[in-house]
Amino acid sequence: MQHGKYRFIVGFLVLPLGLYALFVVWPFIQSIYYSFTDWTGLSPDFKMVGFDNYKRMLDDDVFWKSLQHSLLFALVLPLVTISLALFFAFMINVGGRRRRGGPVISGVRGSSFYKIVYFFPQVLSIAIVSLLFAFAYNPDSGAINSVLRGIGLDHVQPLWLGDPSLALWCVMAVLVWSTVGFFVVLFSAGMASIPAELYEAALLDGASRFSTFFRITLPLLWDTVQSGWVYMGILALGAESFAVVQIMTTGPGGPDYSTTVMVLYVYQKAFRDGQAAYATTIGVALLVVTLAFAAIVMRLGRRERLEF
Amino acid sequence: MKTTETPAPLPAESGATVSKAETPAPRPARPKKEGGVLNVFSHGVLVIWAIMVVTPLLWAVMTSFKDDSSIFGSPWSLPHTLHFDNWSRAWTQANMSDYFLNTVLVVGGSLIGTLVLGSMAAYVLARFDFPGNRFIYYLFIGGMSFPIMLALVPLFYVVNNMGLLNTIHGLILVYIAYSLPFTVFFLTAFFRTLPTSVAEAAFVDGASHTRTFFQIMLPMAKPGLISVGIFNFLGQWNQYMLPTVLNTDPDKRVLTQGLVQLAVSQGYKGDWSGLFAGLVMAMLPVLGAYIVFQRQVVQGLTAGALK
Repeated sequence: MQHGKYRFIVGFLVLPLGLYALFVVWPFIQSIYYSFTDWTGLSPDFKMVGFDNYKRMLDDDVFWKSLQHSLLFALVLPLVTISLALFFAFMINVGGRRRRGGPVISGVRGSSFYKIVYFFPQVLSIAIVSLLFAFAYNPDSGAINSVLRGIGLDHVQPLWLGDPSLALWCVMAVLVWSTVGFFVVLFSAGMASIPAELYEAALLDGASRFSTFFRITLPLLWDTVQSGWVYMGILALGAESFAVVQIMTTGPGGPDYSTTVMVLYVYQKAFRDGQAAYATTIGVALLVVTLAFAAIVMRLGRRERLEF
Repeated sequence: MKTTETPAPLPAESGATVSKAETPAPRPARPKKEGGVLNVFSHGVLVIWAIMVVTPLLWAVMTSFKDDSSIFGSPWSLPHTLHFDNWSRAWTQANMSDYFLNTVLVVGGSLIGTLVLGSMAAYVLARFDFPGNRFIYYLFIGGMSFPIMLALVPLFYVVNNMGLLNTIHGLILVYIAYSLPFTVFFLTAFFRTLPTSVAEAAFVDGASHTRTFFQIMLPMAKPGLISVGIFNFLGQWNQYMLPTVLNTDPDKRVLTQGLVQLAVSQGYKGDWSGLFAGLVMAMLPVLGAYIVFQRQVVQGLTAGALK
């Protein structure tokens, strides 16, 4: 298959690679370069300023807040989402009543119904979900406080997104709500491929369902959990957290910078404040955080691969 | 790539065993079923989460039929009369029709482009040995884990200098470029699983590489193309960050962006019922499509993570 091979390869690669290089790779390289300049983004003139932007970043309180919040997103969100999803997936697949003559391990009745419903938020845009919850959180006329009044908790009327100590958690709750279903379905698929004999043997030996989860399900599912963890963390540091914070919070990023995250701060510095060079500096920090996060999860999660 | 069992054994199953679950065991002498407590507990927990997922969506649908005063006065009450005018107002006056059209154009163009360019690159990377193959492959894959916002700052000016800012075709090109990493990753793995013998036979019979690709390999890759196509369709339809940065012209807004702008502008216009109608209008097509193509959608979205 040598005839005209290279011409064919070049012909097929030139368009996708060219587009990708121009719109993705080149801007990334430029970003890193711009972080050493005083480019405003408004005028084409700029000069090199060395590490000035990085020094400024280290003294910037808002940057530290955004870093703190982004780290919190990357740690808490995958932990909560994946734990909940594992729990639900286990209930769906293994929580079923044992039927006479049926398999030892069975899913609950209506397991496919649960999987369909749980997946709903995943097909909706995070922007739409954020708008919806912004209304629900409204302190005066929102759905949540209205429920609280309805059950007699008239004095418990939190400001939710308006309360600096609550706002960040409200935002995170929305991301958990919208992503749990995806992981339930993902883990269910993984659990369905675990051979039933393993459960049978364990249950015959007197293991409780609780210990079958930690001794059988979780170890055999570990690869999926780990890649899910990285996937969720990257989302929580990037696009998803941008949408929820930018749409839901006042400011956005407020009140009092209590919800600002790195990706939003990059956007605001570049496109609101006309400080493009400084924005790319924060972006480089975000890049470092993202890569470090992925490396740490892969490293900590490394185990001997179990074959079954 | 089996992700779900065949859907909906539900009606038959629930019909057959409904009495068994609702009533206590008919024969009291029978030993307590193993896992009975767990069963009640797991159903309870699962039902609660299902309610938590569905309630906000149903609430939005309900609210879209109410007038403004009852939206704020009593968020949970059912609408007194069904205000269908909210929907028509959103569609015409609030420009939802334009947003829909723009979204369809952008997503249609970029979905086709992503699949064509992605499969071309993936095929070459999966099947041909040449210097730089691995480098190009990892260059594509690397795009999946990099924070896109970092690139968007200079990208705005790149796009602007090319005269593509605030144009539909400019947005299409950017969508394609940012969809390529996952598409190439997924399809490269897929092309590797296809047998080589068919393509070789075609080649021996005198078909060119290009012809072999379009007439033999692409049809064989159809299942993979459907999965990755659904993944990209949802990702591009729901995209918010790219248009927010690169598409600032009010006339070119896509759905997600348009709705957010609508919500911001309601601060002084005060047509909240129209906004809710718009939100539901944007939700229904994807939810409907998901319910119809449930199995394919789930497969498409989870396939990548299972690889």
